Amino acid sequence: MKTENQRAWFFLIPALLVMSINAFIPIMTVINYSFQDIFAGSAIWIGLENYVRVLNDSEFRSALGRQLIFSFLILLIQVPLGIAISLGMPKKGWRATVALVAVGLPLLIPWNVVGIIWRVFTRGDLGLVPVFFNLFGYDYNVANNAVDAYWSVVAMDVWHWTPLIVLLCYSGLNAIPDAFYQAAKIDGASRWSTFRYVTLPRLRSVLTIGILLRFMDSFRIYSEVDMLTGGGPGTTTAFLSDVLVSKARANEFGYGGALSLIYFFIILIISYVFFLVLTNVGTADETPKEA
Amino acid sequence: MEQDAKQVVSNERGGSRQEANSFRIGKYLNVTNIGMTLYFLFLALPLVWMLSMSFKTNQEILSTRSFIPIDATLANYQTIFSQPFWREAFFNSLIYVGLNVVITLIVALPAAYAFSRYKFRGDHHLFFWLLTNRMAPAAVFLLPFFQLYANIGLFDTHLAVALAHTLFSVPLAVWILEGFMSGIPKAIDETAYVDGYSFPGFFFKIFMPLIGPGIGVAAFFSFLFSWVELLIVSTLTSTNAKPIVVTLSRSLGAEGWDWGVIAAAGVLMIIPGAILIYFVRNNLAKGFALGRV
Repeated sequence: MKTENQRAWFFLIPALLVMSINAFIPIMTVINYSFQDIFAGSAIWIGLENYVRVLNDSEFRSALGRQLIFSFLILLIQVPLGIAISLGMPKKGWRATVALVAVGLPLLIPWNVVGIIWRVFTRGDLGLVPVFFNLFGYDYNVANNAVDAYWSVVAMDVWHWTPLIVLLCYSGLNAIPDAFYQAAKIDGASRWSTFRYVTLPRLRSVLTIGILLRFMDSFRIYSEVDMLTGGGPGTTTAFLSDVLVSKARANEFGYGGALSLIYFFIILIISYVFFLVLTNVGTADETPKEA
Repeated sequence: MEQDAKQVVSNERGGSRQEANSFRIGKYLNVTNIGMTLYFLFLALPLVWMLSMSFKTNQEILSTRSFIPIDATLANYQTIFSQPFWREAFFNSLIYVGLNVVITLIVALPAAYAFSRYKFRGDHHLFFWLLTNRMAPAAVFLLPFFQLYANIGLFDTHLAVALAHTLFSVPLAVWILEGFMSGIPKAIDETAYVDGYSFPGFFFKIFMPLIGPGIGVAAFFSFLFSWVELLIVSTLTSTNAKPIVVTLSRSLGAEGWDWGVIAAAGVLMIIPGAILIYFVRNNLAKGFALGRV
């Protein structure tokens, strides 16, 4: 049993100190900017005008639309794929080691290097992908064709981040006692119902973490896309961070501040909804789990 | 549990553990193995492509497309190792990443201990607030970070980057460590006090070794984030602390697309991560699995 003890705050001092420097001050700065019109060192209080501008900005709206479609698309691909791969992963021996290291590797590659890997992989003049598509008579062009560029970004993200879901589910699977499967076998459960009623409920907590992390991180994607397509052709692969970075680089403090907060708020809201849904869905037909 | 008479016939489990008994080729040609092979090919191809590019001359990169370099050369790697700005950038990266891991652990260990052992006013809210920082887009912090660290005179230092990265690494480290610590029964704490240990003695001599794997995993994820991040480092550094991620990005524009060198630099930047993942492979996924949600 945990002790009710206010002494705990003492242990939290270092963390709170670091986080207040890094999170509290910058967020306050951004909030402050968002209510002001800032030019040439002087600032005027303009209330919510920046927010109105952001919400009416077609650049922001279309980037938000693209962002939402992108994030849900990659979740739809990565989560089932990740679960499937984790089920097929070797469980022990040297093959398990090799598979784990290989799967984990994309996660440890600097994000801009991921973009560069995919750039040299897909570029018309030096990549492998165009050669592959040419075999089927398709003229693949990541630089000029919006559809190709979009799906290249999706493929890159699947390559980069499916491993996270795989690793999470792999660890979740290893934590399921063999007795559960034996019981299912004795009951004559099919492979699908074994998966649905034995495996999947036990993966709930790792999948919750995985889906939340994937959602947040895909919503913040920047460096990889910047290296692969630079947001192009046109603005077809320009996501929210891309818009925000260009505003920040152009020193649009007020507009950028308002955009930052709206952006952050959207992530918070959607993450919270995901969290609620994932912790409650399907609890009715499940055996109570000991947590 | 649902049962279906038709499905009773096939009662094989999982699909993954059935391959062990037979050595016949046909046995290996099932959906699982084909699917796994395709996935690992998909994982490997882009990496192999860049690796082979790093051993080619620019001329060969642009003229032929083959996996095996026809005229293999180490010139690209020589270019990188002979130019001080590549070397310095590489060490700059390692310095701030190392600093970040140290700061994160110093700060996150006591915080995680508090969350796992004590109930206090607002503990749930505080925990959630910590995690929300993990959700913030790095782009949001570009302007304020620049101003903050310029004002306190830390701009373009390793410390600035390390501190800035704790924004993302501390929440995750607290989360992971809290999970591992909650797995240690509280009776251990009490027994140690009865045996006459002081709190620091207990914490460093008994508790820390027990959660060793957790510390490893937390360090791993702190390293991971700091090593792969580009946006914040490129904002907070100009010359003295300029890391390899930024050097690579900028050389893309500046040096007239020297693809061979870029590929070689990319390969070099994968190596630290590859070494690290080999060492933590057994504890890697456990870190998240134990975290609380």
